[in-house]
Amino acid sequence: MNFLANLGRVVLALLAEIGRIVIFLKDALLQGLTPTIYVRQILEQMLRIGYNSLPVVGLTAFFTGGALALQIYLGGSRFNAESLVSTIVALGITRELGPVLAGLMVAGRVGASIAAELGTMRVTEQIDALTTLATNPFKYLVGPRIVAGVITLPILVGIADTIGIMGGYIVGTRSLGFNSFAYIKNTVDFLHLDDVTSGLIKAAVFGFIITLMGCYHGFNSKGGAQGVGRATTNAVVSSAILILAANFALTSLLFSE
Amino acid sequence: MEENGHIVLKDVRKAFGPKHVLNGINISVPKGRSLVVIGGSGTGKSVMIKTILGIIRPDSGSITIGGEEVTKLSGKERDQFLLRFGMLFQGAALFDSLPVWENVAFGLIQGRNTPRIEARDIAIEKLRQVGLGPEVGALYPAELSGGMQKRVGLARAVAADPEIIFFDEPTTGLDPIMADVINNLIVDCVKRLGATTISITHDMASARKIADRIAMIHKGEIVWQGPARAVDSSGNPYVDQFIHGRAEGPIQMEVLKA
Ligand SMILES: Nc1ncnc2c1ncn2[C@@H]1O[C@H](COP(=O)(O)OP(=O)(O)O)[C@@H](O)[C@H]1O
Ligand SMILES: [Mg+2]
Repeated sequence: MNFLANLGRVVLALLAEIGRIVIFLKDALLQGLTPTIYVRQILEQMLRIGYNSLPVVGLTAFFTGGALALQIYLGGSRFNAESLVSTIVALGITRELGPVLAGLMVAGRVGASIAAELGTMRVTEQIDALTTLATNPFKYLVGPRIVAGVITLPILVGIADTIGIMGGYIVGTRSLGFNSFAYIKNTVDFLHLDDVTSGLIKAAVFGFIITLMGCYHGFNSKGGAQGVGRATTNAVVSSAILILAANFALTSLLFSE
Repeated sequence: MEENGHIVLKDVRKAFGPKHVLNGINISVPKGRSLVVIGGSGTGKSVMIKTILGIIRPDSGSITIGGEEVTKLSGKERDQFLLRFGMLFQGAALFDSLPVWENVAFGLIQGRNTPRIEARDIAIEKLRQVGLGPEVGALYPAELSGGMQKRVGLARAVAADPEIIFFDEPTTGLDPIMADVINNLIVDCVKRLGATTISITHDMASARKIADRIAMIHKGEIVWQGPARAVDSSGNPYVDQFIHGRAEGPIQMEVLKA
């Protein structure tokens, strides 16, 4: 009995949270993404989300590309299929690992900082102050962050793809003994455009998720510094889970085409 | 009473879940007058102000500004309506990502599309009116003392020459001298603009200085209101307890119940 009651409570709380997120999403779309558009804020956020995430995302992609090359070489050698390394590295990075890893890294960096910033603005009444200065916080704070996320993440992932493939190339040619020209030719020949675009579409969706969750948890934080801390954690955890779930859904969707 | 009040609240109620914060607030402030609302912490003073601004929606009751019902406004209409207000927040609530002058000029630049250069000049002038030099304009809020932040908040509240201004605990957390400086600035600004104001405070010196009328709020209800000079002879036990700061009386601090 007690177990069922607890389960019921958890389910109800979860549904209530989903409801709140949907309402926030509605406000974000209807208020945040309609004129007035704050171009200055969008550019500022793009710089913050994109430029500042470059080092983490680049390093992650580089090492992952390298590790992937080693693993595929090892696995491939059991079937005498070592020559597949370049192709599978490129596929794996562009379709899957580039967007997901970049998404997760950006969720940790940017999602957290958006939640912390907006959360602090909430508990210090800065968001109320915006309202009283006749500025809609959804337009001024939420909209620009979401737009910046959706534009910037594909760019970041494009760069991550390049660096990741380069990581694979370096390992492939330096330590696995591939011919440099053949490696590049294999990559270019077998990589399709939709391998790349499907990854970039994912990236745009992840950018939306990260910024939406950051804004949602920041906006709804209460109770001082502790509340802001909680909002930050929740923003990161919820966007990471949603990214992985959305990744699966999108992969199935883009795969079946 | 006061059909011609500039700001009129009738039976305004608000609960957060099971917690009843406003239990039927009735106040009326004539144009150009200053009402000070006194009351202990957590009695719903800030919530009351926020319902007037529409930051918090009341559950029921009516709020009219200049005869116009405002509780149902939304979107553009509400932004238009908010242009008539200035508000000094309890913690100043300055935008810490913007320099001081842009804080002061924010309502002009964003709300009214004033060109930045012009808005900057106005901001510098408003800073001067609250006793801050132009060099302060380039600093960030985090670089200012509490008293200076309050002054910047005040400059921001009056920057667009609003017809209605709210002050939420303008002197809380300041030393008595700085508190008096802020009080004088408020009186000055209000006189200059001829604005209608509601101020919240639990500082009686401040209340006496600013108020035309005083209202006392307790547990979300107005338990007394009258002219400022009548506050010492109100004969109301709540008011007497509050202005003399006594622990004994009808107001019981919820220390043990929590
Ligand atoms: N957004 C909110 N959600 C839930 N409770 C709130 C909210 N805002 C205020 N309260 C509660 O309402 C009560 C009155 O708050 P407030 O008006 O800020 O008090 P004060 O008179 O000190 O300004 C407090 O107990 C506070 O916890
Ligand atoms: Mg308050």
